[in-house]
Amino acid sequence: MSKKIKITPEIVKEHGLSEEEYQIILDRLGREPNINELGIFSVMWSEHCSYKSSRRHLGKFLTKGKRVIQGPGENAGVIDIGDNDAIIFKMESHNHPSYIEPYQGAATGVGGIMRDVFTMGARPIANMNALRFGEISHPKTKSLLSGVVAGIGGYGNCVGVPTVGGETNFHKGYNGNILVNAMCVGLAHQDKVFYSAAKGVGNPIFYVGSKTGRDGIHGATMASAEFDDDSEEKRPTVQVGDPFTEKLLIEACLELMATDAIIAIQDMGAAGLTSSSIEMADKGGVGIKMNLDKVPQRETNMTPYEMMLSESQERMLMVLVPGKEHLALEIFQKWELDVAEVGVTTDTGRLVLTHKRKTVCDIPIAPLADDAPNLDRPHTKTPERPVLSADEARAPDNYNDALNTLITCPDMASKRWIWEQYDRHVMADTVDSSQSGGDAAIVRIHGSNKAVAITTDCTPRYCYADPYEGGKQVVAETWRNLTCTGATPIAITDCLNFGNPERPDIMGQFVGCVEGMNEACRAFDYPVVSGNVSLYNETNGVAIPPTPAVGGVGLIDDLDVFTTITGAQEGDTLVLIGETQGWLGSSLYGREILGHERADDAPVYAPPPVDLAVEKTNGDYVRSLIKNRRVKAVHDLSDGGLAMSAAEMCFAAGIGAELKAAPSGVTLQGWLFGEDQARYLLAVDENSVNPVVSTAQAKGIPAQIVGKVGGAQLKAAGAFDVNLSDLKSANERVLPDLMKSKA
Amino acid sequence: MRTAVISFPASNCDRDAYTALHQVTGQEPVMIWHRETEIPANVDFVVVPGGFSYGDYLRSGAIAARSPIVRDLIQKAGKGLTVAGFCNGFQVLTEAGLLPGALMRNDKLKFVCKPQSLSIVNGKSRFTSAYNGQKNVVYPVAHHDGNYFADKKTLDKLEKNGQVIFKYDENINGSARNIAGITNDAGNVLGMMPHPERAVDPLHGGTDGIKLFQSVLDAAL
Repeated sequence: MSKKIKITPEIVKEHGLSEEEYQIILDRLGREPNINELGIFSVMWSEHCSYKSSRRHLGKFLTKGKRVIQGPGENAGVIDIGDNDAIIFKMESHNHPSYIEPYQGAATGVGGIMRDVFTMGARPIANMNALRFGEISHPKTKSLLSGVVAGIGGYGNCVGVPTVGGETNFHKGYNGNILVNAMCVGLAHQDKVFYSAAKGVGNPIFYVGSKTGRDGIHGATMASAEFDDDSEEKRPTVQVGDPFTEKLLIEACLELMATDAIIAIQDMGAAGLTSSSIEMADKGGVGIKMNLDKVPQRETNMTPYEMMLSESQERMLMVLVPGKEHLALEIFQKWELDVAEVGVTTDTGRLVLTHKRKTVCDIPIAPLADDAPNLDRPHTKTPERPVLSADEARAPDNYNDALNTLITCPDMASKRWIWEQYDRHVMADTVDSSQSGGDAAIVRIHGSNKAVAITTDCTPRYCYADPYEGGKQVVAETWRNLTCTGATPIAITDCLNFGNPERPDIMGQFVGCVEGMNEACRAFDYPVVSGNVSLYNETNGVAIPPTPAVGGVGLIDDLDVFTTITGAQEGDTLVLIGETQGWLGSSLYGREILGHERADDAPVYAPPPVDLAVEKTNGDYVRSLIKNRRVKAVHDLSDGGLAMSAAEMCFAAGIGAELKAAPSGVTLQGWLFGEDQARYLLAVDENSVNPVVSTAQAKGIPAQIVGKVGGAQLKAAGAFDVNLSDLKSANERVLPDLMKSKA
Repeated sequence: MRTAVISFPASNCDRDAYTALHQVTGQEPVMIWHRETEIPANVDFVVVPGGFSYGDYLRSGAIAARSPIVRDLIQKAGKGLTVAGFCNGFQVLTEAGLLPGALMRNDKLKFVCKPQSLSIVNGKSRFTSAYNGQKNVVYPVAHHDGNYFADKKTLDKLEKNGQVIFKYDENINGSARNIAGITNDAGNVLGMMPHPERAVDPLHGGTDGIKLFQSVLDAAL
């Protein structure tokens, strides 16, 4: 039994605790911990649970705003969308498990993020994701892609929550560490939002959901270490999900939440029973006593250590109002789920666990949270990059070929192969999804004429070149994407994926990105309400590109007035909002056509700067045009610039277009492929062209007519002239061909 | 017309069916929990909704087909009650023996979700009369096990009797003879993989589903 295990320096080290951290434990306990206590400290102080490298930097974020009901610190963020409705959302990573076991890793990532949302009283209404895989030719990419996509679909489809959008990139920087970031958006009544603080003494603690097994033990610790060649051996620490149980758990929890029986509720995510009980007790300022014999167990002879560290899925812990226990019993039995009273809240401030009539853990709760390490890791600023000179930003040999190369590069390729495996329509409120290829998904608030717009974004290329500008750009792009639908952007969640924070250059990337993101959040009054940090995305010392993925949420208050990428018609005029200088540094064109990343020591060029004031002015103007019904289709300009944006708008409409020549002072390649920020492409009918352009000019906003919609060709004067349906089929073929290939 | 929707554990299109029925009939459907033993006598039309009843464990629809309420459904359907099963509901109805054949895993072994064009093969059925000669409809599909199988004799009989109601305009899942939806002999029980209940609002991207419910409503009047 546990008491017999002697705590040696090796065991302390295996638990990922430093000597200093172990000394703090000895000081707080006044004695040596037993193995259960050591395990509990170890997971609570892991990077994954304690945010020890990132906490002091995350504190800088704008987290308040007039629509924010709950910012970071709870299971998910809560925002006010009027009419007593609240939107609850969060994004979270499941990177390490998904690399080791792609189907279950991705599936449980989706399950975990949904639990964070329904724990707070919300019915999940939409799932999103942000995925990053290694280069398409890497031998593992195909199986990882197919496993992750099947896992996301397998879980979300069964639970019956539509997966409405996301983004997928491929890059050699992720060959050894893929990123699987899942986001969930839920809908609750503002007067029925549930929190995790276990207030009050003598209240019963209930365990509900699946039984506890030996899966996922030390998952949080795994997510706090680098991979090496033996990472495959970590497979047993990956959890296995059961979406059927999750669906029952959602319905049962929402049914119980409709009563007045619940004081506090918390899902068992990373570090399972340990973190859920400690977080609830810590926030409520109480102690907790639990009898582990009462915990529903899937396997025999489980030790306290295993039960406390298990990451078995689909479990919840809640504190009930005394006398209301029968409500929980009735509802959970109706849904055929395990339910057990496992403990009680106390006034001792301690976590006391008994097992087989013996006390197996007795530790103070406060130090687990208060004394969690809060490191000020050294960080060095990413070196300043040169601006790509006009000479180096050369024209392609052949514009038709360049267009084709860009539209068929894996990042631009149609993701139909992926999203056709996701149920995008269940719940019957999906208004726009991946299907249209637009900027943001649109999901109606059930039974109303309101909707939320949702997007996920990141451009790691920019973040690598310049974390600060890249961080600004990530937030700006989500804000722009939401704006394209006519939505008012409200708030974001983030998933900050980086390498090993013990390396000052990586920590410098993290700090730079956070500062840039925060700058943009403040400029747009667009707060961070929830998020997650995933560090140690490194294999054999090679880190991923900095990837601070952001999920943005906006509100469409009247579904009679919104736009998507579809809707351009023959004869419409294409109007470009925003200034074009032809910025090609760190662009997709630079990578795919100029071969900027081909050599390992190739120079890195400065990414396009983001002028946040201009972003705001241009975006607010576009939103006003949508509200005044002046535009038929809107698409932002991002990877691949005007040419890609026009091509995608044409794909969505099924009609070609002709683009005009570059204005003076801009090179043709910069005009077509430049990635200057704060720009939007609008399809406008004849009657609206003058008002759209002249009002912009009166406000000092650059607006110019750049082409016309029509015909079967996509043309640009002096550059390319290709058949649209040929271009589209090339774009559609990339992923199916890859997945069919034998290699 | 009084309508009802049966909910099994992990039915997930029960609310979609409820919303569509409410919209078309103007009356609130009755929600029936799978453990109940009797469909209320005044109900004219029962929808067995889509989803993953019992997590698709064993086989899709197999466990739900043995639930208490389905016993009564089988009885009442035998006496002429109008029943429609969409997606998982179709799987439940085949497993319950109310419809011939079986739904196997899609031939490409992947879940498929997309708006799908279908041909109305029998426009005179209880479920299609309101289409008034319209030849094609678009409904969303979203399934992993929609590959319809029956032996040749059964398929010939289905086609000859006008029991094949919908066919896919392209074969998306390996279904025999592109079959997307069938009825029983008597024509009062429909099973289909596509989701007409998710095509009843312009914001869904189409409203082709409305007339399916309208047909049932017309027949009941």
